[in-house]
Amino acid sequence: MNKKDSTRVWKDLGPAAENGLFDRRAFFKGGSVLAAAITGYTIAKPLQAQTLSDDPWSGSAGTPSGPYETRSRFENDVVRTMTNPNGEPRSQQSRTPHHMLDGTFTPNGLHFVISRSGSPDIDPEQHRLVIHGLVKQPLVFTLESLMRYPMVSRMHFVECGGNSAPMWSPEPLDADVQGLHGYVSCAEWSGVMLSTLLEEAGIDPTAKWLIAEGSDSLALHRSIPLSKALDDAMIALYQNGEKLMPGNGYPMRLLVPGWEGNMNVKWLRRIELLDQPAMSIYEARTYAPILPGGKAYQFYFLQEVKSFITRPSPGLSMNGQGLYEISGVAYSANGRISKVLVSADGGQTWAEAALQEPVLSKAFTRFRIPWQWDGGPAVLQSRAWDEAGHVQPTRSEIVAARGEASRVPSLNGFPSQHYNGPTSWQIDQAGEVKHVYA
Amino acid sequence: MFMRNAEYLAILAAGLFFLASTNSYTQTPNLGMPIDEQDIAAWDIDILPDGTGLPLGQGTAGEGKIIYEQKCAVCHGVNGEGGISPALAGGDPLSNGIDTGKTIGNFWPYATTIFDYTRRAMPWFAPRTLTDNEVYSLTAYLLVLNDIINEEVVMNANTLPEVRMPNRDGFIVRFPERTP
Ligand code: HEC
Repeated sequence: MNKKDSTRVWKDLGPAAENGLFDRRAFFKGGSVLAAAITGYTIAKPLQAQTLSDDPWSGSAGTPSGPYETRSRFENDVVRTMTNPNGEPRSQQSRTPHHMLDGTFTPNGLHFVISRSGSPDIDPEQHRLVIHGLVKQPLVFTLESLMRYPMVSRMHFVECGGNSAPMWSPEPLDADVQGLHGYVSCAEWSGVMLSTLLEEAGIDPTAKWLIAEGSDSLALHRSIPLSKALDDAMIALYQNGEKLMPGNGYPMRLLVPGWEGNMNVKWLRRIELLDQPAMSIYEARTYAPILPGGKAYQFYFLQEVKSFITRPSPGLSMNGQGLYEISGVAYSANGRISKVLVSADGGQTWAEAALQEPVLSKAFTRFRIPWQWDGGPAVLQSRAWDEAGHVQPTRSEIVAARGEASRVPSLNGFPSQHYNGPTSWQIDQAGEVKHVYA
Repeated sequence: MFMRNAEYLAILAAGLFFLASTNSYTQTPNLGMPIDEQDIAAWDIDILPDGTGLPLGQGTAGEGKIIYEQKCAVCHGVNGEGGISPALAGGDPLSNGIDTGKTIGNFWPYATTIFDYTRRAMPWFAPRTLTDNEVYSLTAYLLVLNDIINEEVVMNANTLPEVRMPNRDGFIVRFPERTP
């Protein structure tokens, strides 16, 4: 389609906010016409089309598809960034490259992983899950036996409580979306509802909590309210249709949808029902953020509503004026995303983005909005609302309530946790995208 | 044995009501194998803040210092001041900033967590190899390094839960409505 046609489509709908944001319905109305007019972020636009000829790869039969498909060699730089690739004695993190992905599911090889001491090499036939404590009958399950249970499949994000921690810096860190927000991912998890197994063991009425414990070298454990366990917790066995990746808990992990990543205990081997929380190191110390004045929050379970723009974003520079799609992800522990607003002028005016269907509870929702970049300076932001009525607080609201780091941290540092404010991308006239505070 | 789809989905949808009732959830295969608590003992290692789970045995800081220097100091520093691994003693006042380094002395609300974590996770390359007496001794030593108990105090299943940590009251529950 030529540019003239697409121009008419978006002009009809008119601007929805300052600095080039169009009505989100422009895409639906324009359909493929508009989509075809969108300029890629990194693809240089040739002055004129080349004469087409048969491609070298078409001249003979291709490579046979192997038993497990691997991606095109041209995609090999779509990788996680790692904080401890050699497994030194300290925790290790791998971040999801959000700016290289689209849609709402994180491919299994790119799902973020944080582990305190690496992934155990678990033989699924030897692995056992025990449920005991305040139950009528302690029970042991093999993986084989769990495979016989009724299963459910649900789309859920998992986010580390420390995701977005660089945003606590008093000055904006020069980082991309992967560096800032790489410790959240979303997958379809399939498995057995924990309530089914607890009911089989018989819940003692005095039970209020349970601990979930892994079979990693540190035997990581977390306390979880029984009410959450009975609400929507799952023993997940599959991730995006295949068995869990080792870094995500093979052969089984606890999934507590929307709650702090560390509580979704991987390599799960033991569940004990209790009348009190265990005050494990991770709830008593690690995931208890310090507040201004010196008190600390305890049991900061929920990963509250958050969104960030993935395209454009640092590393994906603009390539000339024209129409672009702004796209990103939004999610909340409090249910479905109800609305995402996008600003191109640093938060002065806002337009509503389109939400990609289906919009699911406690899962990534992709938002998209057309944007006409006129080549001038711009600051892009997104702000999300969830169906429970919560909205992402502004950065200044967060700093007023929670403070900020006393000095500029490294990108790998965790000065505090649970930052859910907006992220600002500044675009200069050369089309470079940079993280700023606005 | 196989249910029709609609019936099966109705059972899935009704799952929560089943749980609310006192009847057991009869629609599962019931494949959990009964096991006695004594057969779980090797895995049942969590220590609760009221002392539940603490084993027999005891230890003092003097014994703990010897073990610490052999098995811990290489990573955590000779006096717990930190090294390639986190500091286990000292620490600034938490009012210094939200990024203040957390230590046993300035942050941990319960002494039982020291026993629990040391026994389950340390030393890094050989977790769960310390004897219970060694863990009591190391716990006593870490408490002495943080000026929380005196050197002569014996740590055991009775005395450890009684230790009052300096930051015991330093916490605000973030979501009280979801925290039993
Ligand atoms: C090879 C290095 C290494 C050795 C040896 C080691 N540790 Fe650790 N220790 C660590 C690391 C790394 C962590 C942090 C783990 C994490 O963040 O998940 C840690 C954490 C701890 C903590 C929690 C500190 C905090 O505030 O987070 C305690 C307590 C502890 N170790 C005690 C010990 C004791 C006691 C010994 C000796 C029996 C020991 N460690 C030996 C590496 C070591």
